[in-house]
Amino acid sequence: MQVSMTVNRRAVTADVEPRMLLVHFLREELGLTGTHIGCETSYCGACTVLVDGRTTKSCTMLAVQADGAEILTVEGLAQDGQLHPVQEGFWERHGLQCGYCTPGMIMSAVGLLQENANPTEDEIRHGIEGNLCRCTGYHNIVRAIEYAAAKMRGEEPPPPEWEHEEVIA
Amino acid sequence: MYPRSFDYIAPASLEDAVRELGNAEFAKVMAGGMSLIPLMKLRLLSPDLVVDIGRIGGLGEIEDTGDHLSIGALVRHRDTASSDVVPTALRQAASWTGDVQVRNRGTTCGAVAHADVAADQPAAVLALGATMVARGPSGIREIPSDEFFVDALTSALAPDEILTEIRIPKRGGGSAYDKLGRRGGHTDYAVAGAAAWVTVSDGAVTDARVALTGVGTKPELARAAMEAIVGTDGSEGAVRAASERATEGITVIEDLYGSVEYKTHLAKVMVRRALTQALTEARS
Ligand SMILES: Cc1cc2nc3c(=O)[nH]c(=O)nc-3n(C[C@H](O)[C@H](O)[C@H](O)COP(=O)(O)OP(=O)(O)OC[C@H]3O[C@@H](n4cnc5c(N)ncnc54)[C@H](O)[C@@H]3O)c2cc1C
Ligand code: FES
Ligand code: FES
Repeated sequence: MQVSMTVNRRAVTADVEPRMLLVHFLREELGLTGTHIGCETSYCGACTVLVDGRTTKSCTMLAVQADGAEILTVEGLAQDGQLHPVQEGFWERHGLQCGYCTPGMIMSAVGLLQENANPTEDEIRHGIEGNLCRCTGYHNIVRAIEYAAAKMRGEEPPPPEWEHEEVIA
Repeated sequence: MYPRSFDYIAPASLEDAVRELGNAEFAKVMAGGMSLIPLMKLRLLSPDLVVDIGRIGGLGEIEDTGDHLSIGALVRHRDTASSDVVPTALRQAASWTGDVQVRNRGTTCGAVAHADVAADQPAAVLALGATMVARGPSGIREIPSDEFFVDALTSALAPDEILTEIRIPKRGGGSAYDKLGRRGGHTDYAVAGAAAWVTVSDGAVTDARVALTGVGTKPELARAAMEAIVGTDGSEGAVRAASERATEGITVIEDLYGSVEYKTHLAKVMVRRALTQALTEARS
């Protein structure tokens, strides 16, 4: 079947089997391997992308369902060599270790901040409940999202915890 | 992980969708795909034809018709969860269904049609006394929630019928849903969950419906608890006495997440919590 969609602001058209999952379409047809496959069973969220602005597990959507949709993957976040504030937050606050969950985590954070510009720590933790990380224990991921939220509101991000005296002491 | 090959069609109208369902040996309706696609990837289900209803117009609305609320087939969990007209029990059940990504795509009608033994929203629609509206080759049929849930993963829908709308009667009172999720708190399917709806008049409980999920072989009414609470003053003691009877007449099933003894205990806790919250809302 023929499908057409916009991926990272670029129009694409391809012939796909109905059973092709969106994640395979992105990775194998378009070479956009930033979107990861973790569990393949709809739980881990490593494959999260935005479909028409909403976070979606691309391993649980058929490419044919995305016909006509607007897709944003982690590759589409940075523009003109400038990292997206969420990417910058993960960099500045050490929001990753192995990095496997990171693209999905970042896309979920982008989706969350789109709907809630000033989330509490609790709202951030619930907002990424569909994304699993096996390395970080989530702590620095939450700090990275707080950093991005502040930046996107035009505020000064809270200082890193390792600059807090009580942490050093 | 790929599903087996299948044909796919995304019709523009309900008439076309119903007709397509009759055109294959094994056709499946797809709404949000949040249960269907995982099952197809695991090859537990391998339909010849997937009829995607996602492009049919006019099914994405929650409508207030005066005497009932109508939840269309493409209303997502997120819409149900954030609605200010949907009764509390169904709102809570939708807000605790899966995770953000699942709620962005999965539909309330899909969750009800899927009829998982541990799903959240089926218990809520059962407690709220909803009516399911199904469309098939011979027209439209209304199925009361008491007759809708037949067995595990089995509803009263025929294979060529589409659940177009869930109608929730506006009968006042208060409602609530609570569960213990498999991953703790409210996360993931229910180890056990309960939905309650009550009306109160002059300090007495005049009507009540209580439904359990995760406990038996299907979403089921806790009839003994319902009878026990009606006519009382809805006090803490009355709620406790009613919740003690949560699983009376219900065959509790052991699964990976709990023994019969544990689930029986949890069912009582959940019925007590749901009734308490529903009564608070009914009195306010
Ligand atoms: C990671 C994850 C976590 C989840 N956690 C929970 C949870 O905590 N609680 C919970 O209750 N559920 C949970 N679910 C299931 C989720 O709620 C699904 O969205 C829901 O069960 C099915 O809705 P859907 O619209 O996605 O339906 P689909 O997956 O498209 O369809 C499911 C089934 O229902 C049928 N169907 C769907 N719509 C209709 C219709 N209108 N008419 C007739 N038949 C129809 C399909 O043919 C299919 O058999 C989870 C799913 C995932 C992937
Ligand atoms: S790979 Fe999609 S949720 Fe894990
Ligand atoms: S950084 Fe390794 S899984 Fe999250």
